[in-house]
Amino acid sequence: MTQRIPVVERILSANDKLAEENKSRLDAANVFAINLMASPGAGKTSLIEQTLPRLAEKLRVAVVDGDIATSIDADRAAVAGAAVAVQINTGGECHLDAVMLQQALGQIDLTTVDMLLVENVGNLVCPASFALGTHKSVLVASIPEGDDKPYKYPGMYRGVDGLVINKIDLLPYIDFKMDYFQKGVEALNPGLITFPLSCRTGEGLDAWVEWLLNGART
Amino acid sequence: MHELPVTQSILDIALKHAQKADAKRITDLHIVMGELTKLVDESIQFYWDIIAKDTIAEGAKLHFRIVPAEFQCMACFEKYKPDGEEFSCPNCGAVGVKIVAGEEFSLEAIDVE
Repeated sequence: MTQRIPVVERILSANDKLAEENKSRLDAANVFAINLMASPGAGKTSLIEQTLPRLAEKLRVAVVDGDIATSIDADRAAVAGAAVAVQINTGGECHLDAVMLQQALGQIDLTTVDMLLVENVGNLVCPASFALGTHKSVLVASIPEGDDKPYKYPGMYRGVDGLVINKIDLLPYIDFKMDYFQKGVEALNPGLITFPLSCRTGEGLDAWVEWLLNGART
Repeated sequence: MHELPVTQSILDIALKHAQKADAKRITDLHIVMGELTKLVDESIQFYWDIIAKDTIAEGAKLHFRIVPAEFQCMACFEKYKPDGEEFSCPNCGAVGVKIVAGEEFSLEAIDVE
């Protein structure tokens, strides 16, 4: 005889639960954690490279890098001054999840750091669905990607707490309509804090670093 | 996309509830999936046939209830369905919405024997 059992359970609840555990662990150690997401090539690693020296006097920063393969990004973060740099190779997985971050946290003495920058796998779709337990999610967009990205990847633009627009030094050379881009952002995520900047020239980086410092203080 | 870990989660949740109910076999799963999750039901079905093998859920049918996206304008409170690239409110033209529906993703019920 067939019997129906009501379940009503969110399918990613196991990940969400683990993300909460990660967050408690970070809170207990007073570590402010950021999940950096972007498409490949938007400049996540460059942003980390530019950010670390600007925080160096004030905060000890750990970096966790997620990639399908290689430790290139963690190596770059270590050179740029990360207190600890941990590489996670996802082995083909298109995003980081809470389990992977939990394993990475096991390799960091959280009492020796104040901030954690997590560099997610380059992808504008999947990382948005998997909470990690970080305090803030930040999307790094970039001018050469084009101004239609909010419309194509609403899930990503909707779920973040901050938006970096990198490579603004390329605006004169690329047909990127900032009004059109920002209209899409505003529709999905009204009032989202935005940091237009260039990792190459350094323009706009101060406001971004100030925002990070404020987040770490509170 | 990440349909494989998602399918694994569906199986884990279903097996947990079936075990609690002392079921011998899971015959059907009822999944609610919002349009905005952008998950592909055929792809979930594909992985399902592989990972449910040799469990009490082998051969179970997956039923998807797709929930269409619905936005609500935060200026005039009109509810509307987003139309492709056009997110702004058809009533007042404002941007800035609350997502009313379309982000659901849960296992609603399972049928067991």
